[in-house]
Amino acid sequence: MADPLLTLSGVHTHIGPYHILQGVDLVVPRGGVSVLLGRNGAGKSTTLRTIMGLLKPSAGEIRFDGNSIGGTPTPAISRAGIAYVPENMGIFSDLTVGENMQLAATQGPFDPTRLSWIKELFPPIATFWDKAAGTLSGGQKQMLAVARAIIEPRRLILIDEPSKGLAPAIISAMTRALGELKETDTTILLVEQNFAMASALGDTVSVMDDGRVVHAGAMAELAGDAGMQERLMGLSLEVHQ
Amino acid sequence: MSETAIRPKLVASSAGDRLRKAAPLLLAPVMALAGLIAIADPATWLTLTVAGLAMGLMIFIMASGLTVVFGLMDVINFGHGAFVSVGAFVGFTVLAWLTGWTENPAVMMNLAAVFLAILASMAVTGVLGLAFERVIVAPVYGHHLKQILVTMGGLIVAQQLIHVVWGPDAIHVARPQTLRGSVIVFDAVIEKYRLFAVAIGLVLFLGMRHVLKSTKVGLLVRAGVENGEMVEALGYRIRRLFLVVFMVGSALAGLGGVMWGLYNETITAHMGSELMVLVFIVVIIGGLGSIEGCFIGALLVGLLSNYMTFLAPKVALVSTIALMVGVLMWRPEGLYPVVKAK
Amino acid sequence: MIDRLLSGDRPNSRPLALVLIAIALALAFAPFLFPGTKSLDTAARICIFIVLVASYDLLLGYTGIVSFAHTMFFGIGAYGVALSLSALGASFTAIVVGVLGGTAVAAALALAIGLFSLRVKAIFFAMVTLAVASAFAVLVSQLSTITGGEDGLTYRIPRVLTPAYKLLDMRILDVRIDGRLLAYYLVFVSALVLFLGLLRVVNSPFGRTLKAVRDNAFRAEAIGYRVIWYRTAATVLSASVAALAGALLAIWIRYTGPATTLSMEIMIDILLMVVIGGMGTMYGAVIGATLFILAQTYLQSLMGAAEHATAMLPLIPDLVAPERWLMWLGVLFIVSVYFFPDGVVGRLRSRG
Repeated sequence: MADPLLTLSGVHTHIGPYHILQGVDLVVPRGGVSVLLGRNGAGKSTTLRTIMGLLKPSAGEIRFDGNSIGGTPTPAISRAGIAYVPENMGIFSDLTVGENMQLAATQGPFDPTRLSWIKELFPPIATFWDKAAGTLSGGQKQMLAVARAIIEPRRLILIDEPSKGLAPAIISAMTRALGELKETDTTILLVEQNFAMASALGDTVSVMDDGRVVHAGAMAELAGDAGMQERLMGLSLEVHQ
Repeated sequence: MSETAIRPKLVASSAGDRLRKAAPLLLAPVMALAGLIAIADPATWLTLTVAGLAMGLMIFIMASGLTVVFGLMDVINFGHGAFVSVGAFVGFTVLAWLTGWTENPAVMMNLAAVFLAILASMAVTGVLGLAFERVIVAPVYGHHLKQILVTMGGLIVAQQLIHVVWGPDAIHVARPQTLRGSVIVFDAVIEKYRLFAVAIGLVLFLGMRHVLKSTKVGLLVRAGVENGEMVEALGYRIRRLFLVVFMVGSALAGLGGVMWGLYNETITAHMGSELMVLVFIVVIIGGLGSIEGCFIGALLVGLLSNYMTFLAPKVALVSTIALMVGVLMWRPEGLYPVVKAK
Repeated sequence: MIDRLLSGDRPNSRPLALVLIAIALALAFAPFLFPGTKSLDTAARICIFIVLVASYDLLLGYTGIVSFAHTMFFGIGAYGVALSLSALGASFTAIVVGVLGGTAVAAALALAIGLFSLRVKAIFFAMVTLAVASAFAVLVSQLSTITGGEDGLTYRIPRVLTPAYKLLDMRILDVRIDGRLLAYYLVFVSALVLFLGLLRVVNSPFGRTLKAVRDNAFRAEAIGYRVIWYRTAATVLSASVAALAGALLAIWIRYTGPATTLSMEIMIDILLMVVIGGMGTMYGAVIGATLFILAQTYLQSLMGAAEHATAMLPLIPDLVAPERWLMWLGVLFIVSVYFFPDGVVGRLRSRG
């Protein structure tokens, strides 16, 4: 494997008085889907927010494509080619679907082929183009959030729990869409608690606990070893399966 | 892809829901109607209504910047009134230089003088806003208590500097010839200047609406009010956007100051901080951060103040407080609470 | 004994303790140490403002709420006594009625404003109090038949408290023992009691909860404290004490008007005193009020001298003129909020 796209080494992050990340070491190889697993409060979302520059790491190094990005302002990180789909989706509900997309296209006008590919991937984007994004259903908002992240080619997409709160049918549709996205040369770092979705999409997996990465390896290895799952994630998986 | 999963469906908003959204829009007409019933004399009512609209639109111009600044960066500027005062004094100075134009009966000359005065004060207050943001506000982001204290301090200093430059006394501002006197419409005496103020106010409101609805900067501002973090994650520097909004808001306050000075024909260093009382009431009524709410709130306050000045002059200001209390009882976060992503 | 009076809240710094003792002694013996009408008046004002500022600090420093209505409550207390003395004549009964009435009105109004505007956002409170206080000031000047309007009210106080009353027909240390002296000690003792009372409040479990609410309202709510209740209670208490301070002022200067009680300028003075003295410490109120009022009384003449001295230079005389006093205070204010948020008390304490 060539040098990884993203590496975190010994990253610590504090939120107020709380020490959330306590030395995260994480490697995201180029291409494919890397999954970040772990129970609630393990520090997965904080890891994504730290990569995105929304939280400042208090120690450690973050390298993206060879450049150190720890402490860089969020807009610069975004322009370096990292897109972010937060847990709350970050939809601008007062704006229309089209306007949401327009703001995501920072390089200028839409690329027509890409836009029609996205509309095919997520039909509601086309249907509700002129509707206020706030009126969309939860699943449609999630589609819009992902669509925004890929409206222009990105090197890395951080997606935080796209399955959260969605009906099973929508989850499987979302899984298919992300699967198609995986075929393009985009790297995805996916935080997920839904193990079915995670194992269907993931190539590599890292498991977090108490602000640290406690296991890293191939997804297939973890998916095929129930004992390892049990040991690493305990009850949290059963609840979500 | 399974059709059932992604079949487009839009949750139809119920009639009650839509009414709840639209209800605030009806408030201003309802207020006008109530005024007509209470005042009984249509001519007097028309005079007062035009005065109320003029006043409301001027307050809106001053308040709009404040509310957007709050919405975007959670910054509350208690020194906003300083820009109103400074704007008024700069405008006065320019008009005083252009006496030749203002004392000329030619309409175009008069209007040109007023527009030059407005441009000059917007330029000065815009730059002042830049300095204010950099020096006074920037170090206390995310800290409301300090923001209130520090911007209050900035207000004091600005007022005192006005005293240094223009002296401590109230100054009389003469309106240009064309804008003096009144016209008679349906038996109602209407000051020409008030019509002028209504026209400027409406043009500005429509312009602002256009910018917010149809330009990229406007979209970014609205998106930033809801979720600034996401705007940054999309690659935009919200600090810079905020600085621009702060400057524009300050310049609008300056514009409001010029117009208010011409309306009252008297300006003082304290006029801004006095007007802030109404501005705050308007911003609270509208919902902190909401430009539509601010507009409706301003019209309500303008109309109510003028009706009450006629009906019961001693309690005019108290009545606007009562209005605020009433609105907050109905909607605790104002007419259009701003949705904040959390 | 002293520890109990101070509710266990020691100054915790030798220089601070020395300054506080000096201020307390100076105020206690002011009539004998600094004879003269002007100095006695200054001392009484310092006493009154210590209470007023301390009660404001209960809100700002201990609860983290910014209010612009403190002068309104101060004014309500003053007008309570003024109206009562005007209506009932110069008697102690009138004073008691006025004090009780004014304090009750202030407390009720504070309760209403608190319950009304604190439930949404703390920032609403600052804006709502500003609006209400301004409206109140306008209302008072409009209702001139009752309040005397802009001119205010002048009234007589019980003769025992006036210079015309001779308590002893002799002088002590060359000071006449008259009613004015009694009035001063009435002010001094009341202020002392109120201040020690506030000190007790902030060191009680209630006061500690206020600080917890200030530092993390969300967390306090999660632990089970009704945040709005605590904030409103602090508002009501603070308003009541402010009203009492207003009553003291009304008795001391025998005049009550918008300029001495309700004006925004006094509100700004209070803010300055709290910030300069040090937010969140009652001793800051003592130091802030003392420094500020001394400076207000004596520094302005110094600035006048500076104006004359620089009269030949451009612009500078304008900037150092006594009228510019407020501007420099504004600058000082901003600088203190940035660089010395703990005020004089914080500085003295950090030096040990």
